[in-house]
Amino acid sequence: MAIKDMPREELLLPGNAACPGCPASVALRVILKALGENTVLTIPACCTAVIQSLYPKTSFKIPVLNMAFETAAVSASGIKAGLRMQGKDDVNVVAWAGDGGTYDIGLQALSGALERGTDFIYICYNNEMYSNTGVQRSGATPYGASTTTSWSGKTEHRKDLMGIVRAHNIPYAATACVAYPEDLYNKVKKAMSMRGPKFIEILAPCPPGWHFDMSKTIEVGRNAVQAGAWALYEVENGKTTFNGPSKAILEKKVPLKPIEDWIRDQGRFKQLFKPKRDEARIAELQAQMERDWDKYRRIVAGECAEL
Amino acid sequence: METIINTANGIAAKAVQMARPKVVAAYPITPQTVVVEAIAKHVETGELDAEFICVESEHSAMAATIAASATGVRTFTATSSHGLLLMHEMVHWAALARLPVVMVNVNRTVGPGWNIWADNNDSMSQRDTGWMQVHCASNQEVFDSIIQAYKLAEDGRVQLPIMVNYDGFILSHTSMPVDIPSQAEIDAFLPERVPCWSIDPKNPVSHGNLVPPEYYMEHRASMQNAHMAAKELFPKLANEWKEKFGIYHGGLIEDYKLDGAEYVIVTLGTLGAEAKVSVDELRKAGHKVGLARIRMFRPFPAEEILRIAKGRKSLVVIDRNISPGYEGVTFTETKSVLYGNSNVPVYGYIAGLGGRDVTYKHIIDIAMEAVNGKASPDVTKWWGLKENEVIS
Ligand SMILES: Cc1ncc(C[n+]2csc(CCOP(=O)(O)OP(=O)(O)O)c2C)c(N)n1
Ligand code: SF4
Ligand SMILES: [Mg+2]
Repeated sequence: MAIKDMPREELLLPGNAACPGCPASVALRVILKALGENTVLTIPACCTAVIQSLYPKTSFKIPVLNMAFETAAVSASGIKAGLRMQGKDDVNVVAWAGDGGTYDIGLQALSGALERGTDFIYICYNNEMYSNTGVQRSGATPYGASTTTSWSGKTEHRKDLMGIVRAHNIPYAATACVAYPEDLYNKVKKAMSMRGPKFIEILAPCPPGWHFDMSKTIEVGRNAVQAGAWALYEVENGKTTFNGPSKAILEKKVPLKPIEDWIRDQGRFKQLFKPKRDEARIAELQAQMERDWDKYRRIVAGECAEL
Repeated sequence: METIINTANGIAAKAVQMARPKVVAAYPITPQTVVVEAIAKHVETGELDAEFICVESEHSAMAATIAASATGVRTFTATSSHGLLLMHEMVHWAALARLPVVMVNVNRTVGPGWNIWADNNDSMSQRDTGWMQVHCASNQEVFDSIIQAYKLAEDGRVQLPIMVNYDGFILSHTSMPVDIPSQAEIDAFLPERVPCWSIDPKNPVSHGNLVPPEYYMEHRASMQNAHMAAKELFPKLANEWKEKFGIYHGGLIEDYKLDGAEYVIVTLGTLGAEAKVSVDELRKAGHKVGLARIRMFRPFPAEEILRIAKGRKSLVVIDRNISPGYEGVTFTETKSVLYGNSNVPVYGYIAGLGGRDVTYKHIIDIAMEAVNGKASPDVTKWWGLKENEVIS
């Protein structure tokens, strides 16, 4: 689906309270174009709760149920059950949460809903930190990145959330990035065509949190994917397929780039370069990226071997 | 009317089945487990046309119940003690979202050390969440209260969640005969829920967004008004039930032998059932003692407390809970009503914490302290304490 062919109607209205260059609002526009009006969103505490605007106004043209920070997935279970009992089983029930609400505080509820087989789409927009509360570290924050609870750079790598989600054996799980809206749109459409739990994680480069210029959201996202710091793939009934630039990296048609290409322009990594280059930490980030890709290749190879 | 014999847990499940909720989400915890098991079975066998969401925690049980209720359907959940405490954030949420969720809470002590027996500290700690709270003293009252709870909660003037409490094991695991109206009679008393609002793609509204200070207080004030409306409605529902089915447990408070009583025992839950035996014995011995059993704890029946206090020599409040650093919660509440309105002395006793047995004899001894002028006002007294085992 080319951008020009996507529905024109905006279900996230202009004049909302997002920061300029906000990746969450870009992603919301795209996913709502795919989902259409027959959709219910449930949103936990996160930037989007603010983007939505203050009572008594709203920037959404679909119904939204705001819920507590850790309850996105289970709220979807409740909404789905309530609608189904009223014969409204055709409504798309979507939980939209940040990485904090997904990787950390909401992980238990997410696991529960995936295991129970709730028929919904869970979308995590991952800006790799708690933006709403002022850029604290999350389980998704990469190694070396500075946050307000990891001032000199995080000392641990981010957790493999997709690995955790995969282990629930759900029909569909995918990664996406705001810089690839067509890919995101198609993934939402595919998720909508399936029953059961579907999971999509979107990399969402956040200008104030990552410290880059607000005009560069898409560029930073594109660099992440092209450098190999973020992979685009989908797992459909256990079968993994890499998409876009990530496919060429997986197949080694394109080499992994130095991680520096991606991190250099983000203020959150400046302690890796100033006052002097921190070779050890840059090398560790590079090594982790390579370990990730080795793992992806083993996963894909393992699936082929099983066939 | 059919008479069945079952435990309060079994009776609660039966009441829920007859109230026909569309979504039930619950997580097991002793002594509530049987309620969850029985409802899961009713759903599996088709006796209850509902979706049972088998959640992974009580926090999620309440969240799922709230979300389902927001779609406009009738909902139910049940919990106890630690489960209720884990829910706490969502307990507030249900009330501020103004959703008529009905929850059974089987009163159980809070650990550590782990203790599965009855006391009220679990529900008392939810006092300020905005939930209505009813306390039961018999399995019949459990049945009747659950059905009435739905009608009260869903009333357009109320739109608040309600917690139906009963004591762990003392009621939850004790069988008693209970009179059950027919399904048609229940349906006539409790028609299908008509929601004031609901999540619906045809009406795209955001619920629960950020509320700035210039609006928040009005939400709270509206909630307070709803509680005041519930206080008027609840006794009317109790009367309607009496007219239809001939069963009555009292209104906001149950009066027991208050005529001519000089001393009044004030308590709630099964302590109130036990205290009736004490009152009977005391009356036989010529002591003018009566009982006021609080049925509805929130909204608090302040006017009723004033009514029962009028003209008495003293009130004796027995709490199966403690607000550490102060005193029994019902003791505080009772005194606050009387302040400036009455000079009747009030005596406070803490008894039965952690499920320690409180028999009618203990309650007689407590009441006799007041009768004999040995009780001291404004000081909480611990009843049945092994002083030598208390660290000072
Ligand atoms: C139980 C609870 N703990 C903490 C908070 C405070 N809080 C609100 S949003 C948030 C971080 C959200 O991070 P994320 O999910 O990544 O979304 P983002 O803000 O990045 O969009 C926190 C810590 C809360 N609302 N509720
Ligand atoms: S902090 Fe980042 S994610 Fe949050 S609204 Fe601003 S740009 Fe968007
Ligand atoms: Mg985040």
